[in-house]
Amino acid sequence: MSIAAHPHALDEPVVLEKTVVVSWKAPIAYAVFTVLLLLLVLFGSRDASTTFRLSAATDAVKLGDVTVPAVLTGWVTVILLAILTVYSVILVQAKRRVPLWLTVVFALVFMFGFLTWAAAGSTIPVTGLLFGAVSLAVPLIYGSLAGVIGERVGVVNIAIEGQLLAGAFSAAVVASITRQPWLGLVAAMIAGVLVAFVLAAFSIKYFVDQVIVGVVLNVLVVGLTSFFYSQVLVANAATLNTPPRFDRIPLPLLSDIPIIGPVLFRQTVIVYLMYIAVALVYIGLFHTKWGLRLRAVGEHPQAADTVGIKVNRTRFWNVALAGAIAGLGGTFFTIGSGIAFNKEMTAGAGYIALAAVIFGQWDPIKATLAALLFGFASNLQNTLSVIGSPVPSEFMLMLPYVVTILAVAGFVGKSRAPAASGRPYIKS
Amino acid sequence: MSDHSNDPAAQPDVELEEPDELTGPPTPERATSGPTTPPAAPVSGGKPADENGRWSGVLREIATGNAIISVLAVFLALVVGAIMIAFTDENVQKAAGYFFARPGDTVTAVWNSVSGAYSALFQGSIYNFRRPGFANGIRPLLDTLTFATPLIAAGLGVGLAFRVGMFNIGGRGQMLIAASAAGWVGFGWDLPWGLHMLVAVLAGMLGGALWAGIAGLLKARTGAHEVIVTIMLNYVAYYLVSFMLRTPGLLQAPGSNNPKTPAMKPTAVFPLLLGPQYSLHFGFILAIAATILVWWILSRSNLGFQFRAVGLNPNAARVAGINVSRMYVYAMLISGALVGLAGVSQVLGTVTTGFGSGIDAGIGFDAITVALLGRSTPWGIFIAGILFGAFKAGGFSMQAAQGVPIDIILVVQSLIVLFIAAPPLVRAIFRLPDPSHPRRRTVPNVTKEVTVK
Repeated sequence: MSIAAHPHALDEPVVLEKTVVVSWKAPIAYAVFTVLLLLLVLFGSRDASTTFRLSAATDAVKLGDVTVPAVLTGWVTVILLAILTVYSVILVQAKRRVPLWLTVVFALVFMFGFLTWAAAGSTIPVTGLLFGAVSLAVPLIYGSLAGVIGERVGVVNIAIEGQLLAGAFSAAVVASITRQPWLGLVAAMIAGVLVAFVLAAFSIKYFVDQVIVGVVLNVLVVGLTSFFYSQVLVANAATLNTPPRFDRIPLPLLSDIPIIGPVLFRQTVIVYLMYIAVALVYIGLFHTKWGLRLRAVGEHPQAADTVGIKVNRTRFWNVALAGAIAGLGGTFFTIGSGIAFNKEMTAGAGYIALAAVIFGQWDPIKATLAALLFGFASNLQNTLSVIGSPVPSEFMLMLPYVVTILAVAGFVGKSRAPAASGRPYIKS
Repeated sequence: MSDHSNDPAAQPDVELEEPDELTGPPTPERATSGPTTPPAAPVSGGKPADENGRWSGVLREIATGNAIISVLAVFLALVVGAIMIAFTDENVQKAAGYFFARPGDTVTAVWNSVSGAYSALFQGSIYNFRRPGFANGIRPLLDTLTFATPLIAAGLGVGLAFRVGMFNIGGRGQMLIAASAAGWVGFGWDLPWGLHMLVAVLAGMLGGALWAGIAGLLKARTGAHEVIVTIMLNYVAYYLVSFMLRTPGLLQAPGSNNPKTPAMKPTAVFPLLLGPQYSLHFGFILAIAATILVWWILSRSNLGFQFRAVGLNPNAARVAGINVSRMYVYAMLISGALVGLAGVSQVLGTVTTGFGSGIDAGIGFDAITVALLGRSTPWGIFIAGILFGAFKAGGFSMQAAQGVPIDIILVVQSLIVLFIAAPPLVRAIFRLPDPSHPRRRTVPNVTKEVTVK
């Protein structure tokens, strides 16, 4: 990274000092993780072998279990990680950037080594782990898509959490009354749009700081849903809060692909809609007139206004669209899994989605991958606590947040927000 | 979010405005929208900058209608709350079933449910007429002050960060870390009375300061946006404290399996101010002291001058020779220490029998609304903290007496902040005249770094 990436530098000496720090971020991070795994292998010696189960007994195509000795694998991965670290040091010394693929390879090797160490003496159900990761990532992906659209058009959406919660609530109530999950889906989208309308009205029409509106809206939605839950839903749980669930639909042929099939193609409609939504948002943002206008408004509203784009109208309706998407994500919590609504049941998923937006550098595909990573981290924690891992579960749960802090601080790639994100546009 | 391009060509413009901004009543509008905006009415967001004292500021505020807006916002929010209470009340629903036969019944039922709820709110927060004697009747007011104590402290922290243009959403994490640090000193150490309390308070404030300092340091060094970092640190702190609470030898009470600490030692506990029958503790004195301190820092000290300069316009502040990065770090440290004080007052004053991971009780987020309602001025926050403390104290009695879920308080609080943040909306609802004819920008409490045209 260069000085140009950090205009926050305030005076000359600091800039010079910072240049050195910045360029060594990746090797330092690599070294830290390598040493971490080295310490685990050295001191947490676990002399057993780890089995990776790649397919379930019911699968059409069966893959054999892979069994590796924990200690040997640990040492091999530490050496591999050390080699990657040295390579990144060489790159940096040659004044070259550390490429993204190197980080990906590093992360995969680390994860393999870590899993082998953590699950020594037991079996890791790989498909189960990945299936759970995709499921847990569903609300995060919907939320991050909403966040990407919002920030790309210039409105920071902290209220994703509120939109998810409102979606979960209205989906549960409407689906319980009508016994139609599809109507619940529609109700969730409407609820998300309503929250988005408030966000849009206050931030675009009244120029209230968007972060403030978002934070306050989250509190408002928590208050509203909790109030109606305690006051109405608890007393009438049978009629108002027993949502039907979407069934899992295995897609023919696709679901028989080893590993990928059971993970991606034996899911509910909500997940399939999610694939479509990710593709549509990606194509829409980067390959259509709509996306071009949207990004223009988020990057340089004055310029967009000059060429005749209605800045505030574009912002308003795209924020509403984002609200619909986030509301849809909220259905995962209730009708997506057949669970009754409960107070604050989204438990901060909206904030993780926000993290995924930033970690994903405001790109729908990358944000989706980031959300999947966070889903993986939480499900890894679930899996490890079942098989009894030596790592305290809290530290696994912390991982997405720590990774996000590192990402925002620039340790993982460079993240640059849309230029006008968070700033109201006042026509002069 | 993390990168703000600084257009060097823009800076002379801002620089010219700078002295004006800081000596006269500051108008953040100008800092954000450039010199083309007409000078706006002074806003309370910058009130303490007024060297003539705050009372003239208050008078001017009443004159320009901000105080009226605040009162109307509270009123509107209570009306919405009343509608929600009435709609979900079973008696009202029953009476509404035969509304056209006897409409009077519905009106009576609505009146009963709303007045019952709000009088319970009043009696739970200010004065209870049903209890014999003044000494008993006034107890709710002192409960209110007890609830207000952490809200004021944390609100001051969040508000101070606002004034430097930073958004500290990490109140929860800072409170948890501070509570753990203070609690660890409080139950784990043996020190004489007084000194023990002092060390525990300092440990807690230091913990909160360091936790918030991470966000300040990252913002200063790498440009990482503090909103994201503080939100993430909330979760990290929560899991960290959860881990410590269930690990014997760290925070868990010995011989227990619950994720809870042992009780604080009597030498560390805050003394009760008005005897054992009232809950008000020494933390309230600390909250008052903190309010005075923040007022002094912001409007009397050199540091506060630099804070406000950075908050109004970081580019201009930098040109004026202020080390902006350092101000970000200092502001977050002080902000975290104040939020930490809220955590300390929870463990040493309110819940002294040992705490779990829910010790923050949502105060970290409430503090944001308190700071917004108080418009980021120390005394405004003090009053807003007491108001929200009253809502909290009254909410519990409303839930107990009338069966109205306490969550209604969250709705009312957030609506108050929304209405206050958008004066044009309130004016439109009540058809009040707009003091400045063209609708101008509502003052954001947070002044962001801006690229001036």
